[in-house]
Amino acid sequence: MFNHLLSLLIWLPVVGAIPVLLAGNARPNLARWLSMLVAVLTFVVSLFLLLQYHADAGGMQLSENYLWIASWGVHYGLAVDGISVALIVMTTFVGILVVAGAWEVIQDRPHQYMAAMLMLEGLLIGVFCATDALLFYALFEAILIPMFILIGIWGGPRRVYATLKFFIYTFFGSVFMLVALLYLYQKAGTFDMATLAALPLTMTEQTWIFFAFLIAFAIKVPMVPVHTWLPDAHVEAPTGGSVVLAAVMLKVGTYGMLRFILPIVPDAGAHFAWLVIVLSLVAIVYIGYVALVQEDMKKLVAYSSVAHMGFVTLGIFIAFLLVRESANTDMAELGMQGAMVQMISHGFVSGAMFTCIGVLYDRMHTRQIKDYGGVINVMPWFGFFYMLFAMANCGLPGTSGFVGEFMVILASFAANPWIALFAAFTLIIGAAYTLWLVKRVLWGEITNPHVAEMKEINGRETFVLVAFAAAVLALGVWPQPLVHLMGSSVSQLVHQLAIRKI
Amino acid sequence: MPNLNDILIMLPEFYLVAAACLLLLLDAFMKPEQRSVLHWLSIIVLVVAIYLVIAGQPEHAVTAFGGMFVRDEVAEILKVFALGTTVLVFVYARPYLIDRKLLIGEFYTLMIFAVLGVMLLVSAGNLVTVYLGLELLSLSSYALVALNRDAPLPSEAAIKYFVLGALASGMLLYGMSMVYGASGMGGTPTLDLAQLHHVMSYTKAPTLLLFGLIFMIVGVGFKLGAAPFHMWIPDVYQGAPTPVTAFIASGSKLAAFGMAFRLLDSGMGDLSHQWQLMLAVLAVVSLAIGNLVAIVQTNLKRMLAYSTISHMGYLLLGLSAASPEGYAAAMFYAICYALMSVAAFGVMLALARAGFECEEIADLKGLAKKSPWMAFLMLLTMFSLAGVPPLFGFWAKALVLEAAIHAHMLWLAIVGIVFAIIGLYYYLYVIKVMYFDQPAEGSVLQPKPDAPLRVMLSLNALALLALGLYWGPLLGWCRHAFGI
Repeated sequence: MFNHLLSLLIWLPVVGAIPVLLAGNARPNLARWLSMLVAVLTFVVSLFLLLQYHADAGGMQLSENYLWIASWGVHYGLAVDGISVALIVMTTFVGILVVAGAWEVIQDRPHQYMAAMLMLEGLLIGVFCATDALLFYALFEAILIPMFILIGIWGGPRRVYATLKFFIYTFFGSVFMLVALLYLYQKAGTFDMATLAALPLTMTEQTWIFFAFLIAFAIKVPMVPVHTWLPDAHVEAPTGGSVVLAAVMLKVGTYGMLRFILPIVPDAGAHFAWLVIVLSLVAIVYIGYVALVQEDMKKLVAYSSVAHMGFVTLGIFIAFLLVRESANTDMAELGMQGAMVQMISHGFVSGAMFTCIGVLYDRMHTRQIKDYGGVINVMPWFGFFYMLFAMANCGLPGTSGFVGEFMVILASFAANPWIALFAAFTLIIGAAYTLWLVKRVLWGEITNPHVAEMKEINGRETFVLVAFAAAVLALGVWPQPLVHLMGSSVSQLVHQLAIRKI
Repeated sequence: MPNLNDILIMLPEFYLVAAACLLLLLDAFMKPEQRSVLHWLSIIVLVVAIYLVIAGQPEHAVTAFGGMFVRDEVAEILKVFALGTTVLVFVYARPYLIDRKLLIGEFYTLMIFAVLGVMLLVSAGNLVTVYLGLELLSLSSYALVALNRDAPLPSEAAIKYFVLGALASGMLLYGMSMVYGASGMGGTPTLDLAQLHHVMSYTKAPTLLLFGLIFMIVGVGFKLGAAPFHMWIPDVYQGAPTPVTAFIASGSKLAAFGMAFRLLDSGMGDLSHQWQLMLAVLAVVSLAIGNLVAIVQTNLKRMLAYSTISHMGYLLLGLSAASPEGYAAAMFYAICYALMSVAAFGVMLALARAGFECEEIADLKGLAKKSPWMAFLMLLTMFSLAGVPPLFGFWAKALVLEAAIHAHMLWLAIVGIVFAIIGLYYYLYVIKVMYFDQPAEGSVLQPKPDAPLRVMLSLNALALLALGLYWGPLLGWCRHAFGI
């Protein structure tokens, strides 16, 4: 079993979706329990993965490698390092909460909803452990299909516009990556990512490939100025879709940067690091201001996601500056480490924020901030959780939001104090938009009579929020296990940055 | 005198001629209500033909009748898939034909003759055989399009098809005659494709040869439906009875690939540096016209017609690489396209009823609620046509793009990929209509309770997924056929 742990993790939810589908519309409860069973099983298997992985050794472990397409040299290659393991466990954790979160909320064809969620989960896990570039690409694209369906069927009023925009936008980015991969295949004769990493490339080639990769991943992250699909997709997606989108799918973009840009085109990456850093800072500062003026809660959190993902890209590319210009590997590792922690933390925090908005939406069927006010009076427990996640969102020490941001700011200070100055703006802007949101929704007098009729969160919702809260607090108070899990993998990545290909 | 060996090499073809004639005779002596027997007999005939093709496969390429007929692996693969997709068309067509009182012997006989044309065409070793196969296929197709002869739209489509087809055949013949003439200036005039291969090296009239080449490419372009020779495609697709459209979009495209390969590589291979760019231009124009015009279509058959044009652009991407890898990728693409289009038309056939063609995109509204399984099959087909992994269509696209990059035509690959993004929209639109829209008032949209149709259609669409997950053997087979 342990030889095929990764395959099991990928295929369990994908194959598990089939009986859920077969349960059919007539037996919604069967479909719900089945999907819960599959999600829990997947989570348990991912915990096994956590136990099996040797964090101290680092490197790619638990690898499976089979020749998939002989005449093209494509392998079914899977392996994980610490970063993948962390992301996988986060994915399976969020997977359970998404199934629980949708329990009675989704009344229209719940079996299809649950099945799409499970397939999405399996494909996302696949993305995080593929070691063959073509396999990665296929999974990277395939995740669009269930998401397209999720937003399109169970989304809000403008769901068709949002889902088409989401699909075409992200597809647009990734096809250029396909051309780049085919070009690399011409040179290397393989799609194996480790071989591609060792492939010598001229600066011109690297530049073109770098931009092909950057378009693909920047759209997924998303970075300014290609973030415009995200607010639409988030606003229209059902709660579960938003949670998976924010918590896991955005990470696919930054994960791709780690696996493709860093090892394959390091010189172009270093040369254009300034570009990505500037875009990240724009995301942090400018998008923060954009979030401030949103009137729709989901849009606000969506923009704040863009800003927070800016920290991840900043942390990754600041490492380029540190390694290449001042050979400061310690600081580079810190920045990269911070970016990784931020990825995981943002997964929990944004997932929790979207779940909270979903809770409100299920009661009021509106996401406009102005329709709320004084919610704390009728839903004190909900208010408690909402406040907690809001605090995590603005990076309060003691919550997971603080750890990653702090590490990235520290590392950027070593590279250039100006970068750190702009990055630190987030502490003010983030606090401003989040606290103002909380003020308008939770506090104050009840002005809308419908708010007075809202019911306190039920057991199922409490379960989901408690799980998120536990993760957020655990990472905030004691991030060491996570840092240790990813530590050796991060330092290997940073050492790879130092190797010049030209 | 032809010897026995020649006849053995052409056994599947001879067998099909005999079987088709027998079916025609049988039909004449059959009562109208017994016609279902014909249906099953025709399917058996084709299945046996597939068996004969596979069982008699020679180890190396062999020729018969003095090089007129070539039996090699390329021909074998194309024949198997052309026969196979025709079997699918027969299975899908039955309820549709019964509803419209079109279940007549002519349909089956003409279809079998058309497939015979495909088989001759892909096995051609001589310009005469090319022409013979092409005309057999085309004439049968013209008649098939007009099968429902009392309706105005099919008749109009058939006439358009015939007039344009005749023009294209004329062009092709004209080109062939020039090539023949050029081969005579400096050597013995020949129509044999293998001998024509080296004609460039000794002919005293290279300009004439090039002119001939251009005219022949027009003929190939017409058969493929590549822009700017695509004018017939939308009208014929829309006007023809859906089973016939399914055949034209599948078996006929395999034939067109075979014809292009025989004429351009076997015959004019030495001129590849000349026709490479011509095909690349055809590819770009087809991609542009096909994808852009498909966006505004409201009729599903017309939309699929423009999508065919764009898919032929991708096929040409592979052909224009002019290398064994490129041909293998293009053949892989042709097979993939045949399977996809036959599935798409299969869903339309399954949903059509008497008086309801199910040919408007809006007719599919809310299909996911009315018939989730049919909607799912169509979803697979549409994502495959759009080239989204992990479905079959994606790998075919990746292969032709790789072939183009391999042939140092990176720009062409980038054009191809840009139009793949544009093309995505109209496939997604069909899924949107099926899944995100509510069913129209009083819409029935139930698939035919015809078990063979349902089973085969399900297998067909699921094969797009299965082949998407494991396409190695098929690619290996295609590559082996071209000696890699």
